[in-house]
Amino acid sequence: MIGAQILIECLEREGVEIMFGYPGGQVLPIFDKLYDSKIRFILTRHEQGAAHAADGYARATGKVGVCLATSGPGATNLTTGIANAYMDSVPMVAITGQVKTFLIGNDAFQEADVTGVTRSISKHNFLVKDVNDLARTIREAFHIASTGRPGPVVIDIPVDVQQADCDFFWPQEVSIRGYKPTYFGHAGQIKKAARLIARSKRPVLYIGGGVITSGAHQEVLRLAEGIKAPVAMTMMGLGAFPGTHQMSLGMLGMHGTAYANHAVTESDLIIAIGARFDDRVTGRIDAFAPNAKVIHIDIDPTSISKNIRVDIPIVGDAKNILGQILEEIKKKPDTEKWLNQIREWKSRHPLRYIHDGEKIKPQFVIEQIYEATKGKAIIVTEVGQNQMWSCQWYKYDEPRTFISSGGLGTMGFGFPAALGVKLGCPEKEVFDIAGDGSIQMNIQELMTAVCNKIPVKVAILNNGFLGMVRQWQELFYKKRYSSVKISSPDFVKLAESFGAIGMQITKKPDVRKAIEKALRIDNTVLMDFIVEPEENVYPMVPAGSAINQMISGLA
Amino acid sequence: MKHTISVLVENKFGVLARISGLFSARGYNINSLSVSETHDPTMSCMTIVIDAADERILEQIKKQLNRLIDVITVSDLTKKEHVERELMLVKVAVKAKDKPKVKQLARKFNAVISGTKNDCIILDITAEQGRIDAFLNALKGFKISELVRTGKIAMVK
Ligand SMILES: Cc1ncc(C[n+]2csc(CCOP(=O)(O)OP(=O)(O)O)c2C)c(N)n1
Repeated sequence: MIGAQILIECLEREGVEIMFGYPGGQVLPIFDKLYDSKIRFILTRHEQGAAHAADGYARATGKVGVCLATSGPGATNLTTGIANAYMDSVPMVAITGQVKTFLIGNDAFQEADVTGVTRSISKHNFLVKDVNDLARTIREAFHIASTGRPGPVVIDIPVDVQQADCDFFWPQEVSIRGYKPTYFGHAGQIKKAARLIARSKRPVLYIGGGVITSGAHQEVLRLAEGIKAPVAMTMMGLGAFPGTHQMSLGMLGMHGTAYANHAVTESDLIIAIGARFDDRVTGRIDAFAPNAKVIHIDIDPTSISKNIRVDIPIVGDAKNILGQILEEIKKKPDTEKWLNQIREWKSRHPLRYIHDGEKIKPQFVIEQIYEATKGKAIIVTEVGQNQMWSCQWYKYDEPRTFISSGGLGTMGFGFPAALGVKLGCPEKEVFDIAGDGSIQMNIQELMTAVCNKIPVKVAILNNGFLGMVRQWQELFYKKRYSSVKISSPDFVKLAESFGAIGMQITKKPDVRKAIEKALRIDNTVLMDFIVEPEENVYPMVPAGSAINQMISGLA
Repeated sequence: MKHTISVLVENKFGVLARISGLFSARGYNINSLSVSETHDPTMSCMTIVIDAADERILEQIKKQLNRLIDVITVSDLTKKEHVERELMLVKVAVKAKDKPKVKQLARKFNAVISGTKNDCIILDITAEQGRIDAFLNALKGFKISELVRTGKIAMVK
């Protein structure tokens, strides 16, 4: 069997049903074999789109997303997508062609040092120089990508290796001596954690994307209800606990709810699960939960005690560890007073916006999408204000229903990712909530959507600005708006020219109608909502402030 | 404070770049790094001396190293009983009349004379770092024209 055939055979055995990518000179043998394969191949219009689509597919399904590109420019175009998946711990395998083995290092045509370039933005990478190593490498790549703290793995395959012949051998087991993730929590630590929980008076669960990765949402729910503790989520954690649950505090941090930030600040015990105390969450670190003990559950030991001192670290898989803790908890804390306090914060500082003018408020559009979809859609976002409002104004009750670029904050992620999401979950309504800036970053994928019949709904919150940057210039640079005014094409005509459906909405009463109409259309729909140009995201914690020092922005 | 860390890695191409890349990307300083194959040709051993501002950074460095797939084990030798050595080659420019003095110093420090020319002597010393530093100090009165050190290698007792 030649290398290219081995690759396809391995991908099929790994259960790959769909791949995203773009052909080129150094992957011709692979594309030739793909021609006969049952794997569905989605030809995007840019390799970045392929990487984000594979990423979106992986986030929505929990399976490994796979993308494929040629050497040199194909591979470098993937890199933003690889970095994005790395920052958000998304299982992905990125396959790149490489120039012939004997040409490597000679500045050959379309050569780039892919393993060098991707070393710090991937969980691991391989350059396969011998076809005899290929099958084992692919097996290892899928294993590494999908276990422990997941992440993208890059496999760079020179074209002569794709053409070389060897016997096919599929290793049943994978064993990598330097890679043995810990899955179960240390029994002693579990006991200590249970004791600390029983003694606490003001506990808060602080949960992140790790809960979703681990599939620990049921255990989180049991713990929160069992010990009667409120739950604050990071952006990556939205959906890991039902947003409509009375114990939910919504998102915490820079644009979190006031009640989440107050609760964390006043708490005496933070139970952090699959979250990493990112600076957007903690604000000024020495003022973060100053009186709290911290239990930190994470599968990645490097996340623990990286940003904040932890009292009880527990390394392992969140689902297992929470199961162990739930068994261990004998005495439940009395949190009645604490929950009263939380209720008071909730009623005193609800999320709100003022909607009295003529113009459509962006928050209103999201609320209307929420109502029209009965909270059952999968929401993908771009980056900026649109993203923060999507965190605040849609409530996510299920894991994997909110999909957004967290760690890297990649504008242009949302739309191609939404295509991957829809392909992974065809029975779900999928919305990309976008800014007018972000949507223009990967707008070419509209063609991919239309010709592959991927009926995602794009809601552009068109404020005529790079809104989030404008907000910072307004608040911290005396309104000196420098290169943040951004013009857009006529999105209706643009959609039509691609064969999609375009709508422009300028009046409040038309918002709901447009959404309902889009839901009835079995095609890609671009809704251009002309919204209030200078609306800000509130509450907001200015960079470097304590998270309970919020600007509410509303008089 | 300086720490000596011994890292057992897969003897694969690109591993050194992964380790050095980790240090530069995360802003950790390496004082010295020495690497070579072990008795098992599939593994290499790296001895890395680092200057960690505090215990927390040291812990992070160890954890980050462990996280690399090609790293098999990481052990901090600083607090364990261990043997450590470094090799230094130093070329001293000397006139004929001073040569005996240099040779005498070399004998005192168990350094070996590995080469001589009319105007210079190459000395070769293998010892603990402190002893090498002392030797260099003793050579202060002479003109050193070239100097190379291997960086520390170490092994638990
Ligand atoms: C690729 C990339 N470039 C630049 C940025 C910096 N950035 C963050 S938010 C933002 C503005 C986004 O504008 P828009 O998409 O219109 O969304 P809005 O904030 O108006 O909702 C920019 C430029 C980024 N996050 N990603």
